[in-house]
Amino acid sequence: MAWEFLTVYWREMIRFTRFRTQLLSSLLQPALWMAFFGVAMSSNFNRFASSVPPPAGVVPVDYLTFMAAGVIAMTTLFTSLFGGISLLFDKNWGLMREMLASPMPRTHIMLGISLSGMTKSFIQVAIIMAFGLFLGVQFFPGYSPARVVVSILGIFLFVGVFSLGFLLFSSTISMRLESPEGLQGIITLLTLPLFFVSNALYPIQAFPPLLQDLSIYNPLTHLVTGVRYFALGSEFFVVGTNYSYTPADILLSFAYLVAFAAVMYAVAHRTFQKAVVT
Amino acid sequence: MGAGGERLSGDDIIEVQDLEHAFNGFQAVRGISFTVRRGEIFSFLGPNGAGKSTTINILTTLLPLQQGTVRVAGHDVAREPGRVREAIGIVFQDDVLDRDLTVWETMEFHGRLYSIPRDERKARIDEMLAVVELDAKRNERTKNLSGGMKRRLQIARGLLTQPEVLFLDEPTQGLDTQTRMRMWDYIRGVNAAGTTVFLTTHYMEEADMLSDRISIIDHGRIIVSGTPEELKNRLGEDVVYLETGDDAKVRDALQGIDEIRSITESLRGLSITISADGSHCLPRIVERVHDAGIAITSVNLKKPTMDDVFVHYTGRELRDTGA
Repeated sequence: MAWEFLTVYWREMIRFTRFRTQLLSSLLQPALWMAFFGVAMSSNFNRFASSVPPPAGVVPVDYLTFMAAGVIAMTTLFTSLFGGISLLFDKNWGLMREMLASPMPRTHIMLGISLSGMTKSFIQVAIIMAFGLFLGVQFFPGYSPARVVVSILGIFLFVGVFSLGFLLFSSTISMRLESPEGLQGIITLLTLPLFFVSNALYPIQAFPPLLQDLSIYNPLTHLVTGVRYFALGSEFFVVGTNYSYTPADILLSFAYLVAFAAVMYAVAHRTFQKAVVT
Repeated sequence: MGAGGERLSGDDIIEVQDLEHAFNGFQAVRGISFTVRRGEIFSFLGPNGAGKSTTINILTTLLPLQQGTVRVAGHDVAREPGRVREAIGIVFQDDVLDRDLTVWETMEFHGRLYSIPRDERKARIDEMLAVVELDAKRNERTKNLSGGMKRRLQIARGLLTQPEVLFLDEPTQGLDTQTRMRMWDYIRGVNAAGTTVFLTTHYMEEADMLSDRISIIDHGRIIVSGTPEELKNRLGEDVVYLETGDDAKVRDALQGIDEIRSITESLRGLSITISADGSHCLPRIVERVHDAGIAITSVNLKKPTMDDVFVHYTGRELRDTGA
């Protein structure tokens, strides 16, 4: 068994902790979303939502709690999309040659990068959940400690697979591009539709039909679905909408994310095998 | 290194046959063949854009082989790139160091890339850092190192895996004269310890001082190869400067020495151009002049420099040839 990808992982984590400002901003940014956007929007949404009574027997959830799952997803998306950028710097500064000329299999480069990107996302998600508790996010309502643990593992599983897909995507783009500006442009172009054509901030039930259809194919929607299922349960009511998930729904969402990651792996694998960097 | 002598082909650690390489229609390497013998320092000397870096990139498996055959340390670069990678060390042209890693982390990262076991890795890193005198800097980030230290760190890194061949791409580019001479000492030391060295350079004196053998490369072709001495001798343009009591008589005295091509007056007395190894011809010149009863006040033999060699074979100066 070859473990060289842990070498790449090790270096990525050194870089992550060494740049203090970058570390701090990556941890602070999701908290700021929650603190400002979340609190501001929730006081508005809650005012309207209170006029629609929940159906009998369904737990009403406040907007901040609903949105917290969206912030987890959004943070994971951003971190993962930017995860490949260190490959671009490696390439531009010539450092990539050291790895490419070594006996380490090339796939280990992308595995190491992906693993470190996943770790960063896990740290961020943990911080959002902890900070959310402080702001009044009501995750895991009335859960037993055992169910809380299982739920957290479930959330991490979804976050892990989702981030893997986008990290591999980001690595592929980085290997094919010449400049960080190019990657920045592609990321900006992608994040807007991915983020807003999803159920991260609001229910998709009120979307026009076309956007509803599109949102079904959006991996972010499936990540949010998974996170909400584990954090809020299979049945809840929010912003005048009733949510009801069956285990089959959740498995389907998970399978979709796995398929997405698998396709991205295949594409990245091809890119790395063919890569010529001098 | 020895004079003449039969060599087995097994002594060739790098074998290149009819190598060609093109980038988008531009032929960077146009059919070169050469061999590097185990244990020697071999140089590619040529201006920027001559094809040196392309060749080194193919030899180190960074560029795919397009045309020709290349064997490094007994392995074909196209068929067994993994084996080649295990057998070589590389010092890249620019400072290829992660600015934010420490000296030790730089070495540790490299050692792990090559899967050197932990204990051995630790011992090798300590040893190599001591060799290049960077022991005291092990916790310094590489961005804080001087130019010479960075280059030394890269040499230490290239040698960490105990490679059979060390590739050095322009090892002293951009270094000041003093640092450059120290680098030469390190390279000689590395070679003396048994590592074959392949280096590219566009510094004449570097190729001249370091190499056992040199190939001059220009426009993607090897123009001439040989030891520095052979190359200079092949020019056949040694010049003897002679100051005597009676310059006019000297011409008569030297009649009949075939190697003498011309005799001209110069500020330093007579300058005698010789079409062969001047050091063999000089005693006879002195003997003849002495026998003719002419007093000699000074004798000087000037060998051609690598600059002269380069100009002779390429028809232009190496300096200031842009990429």
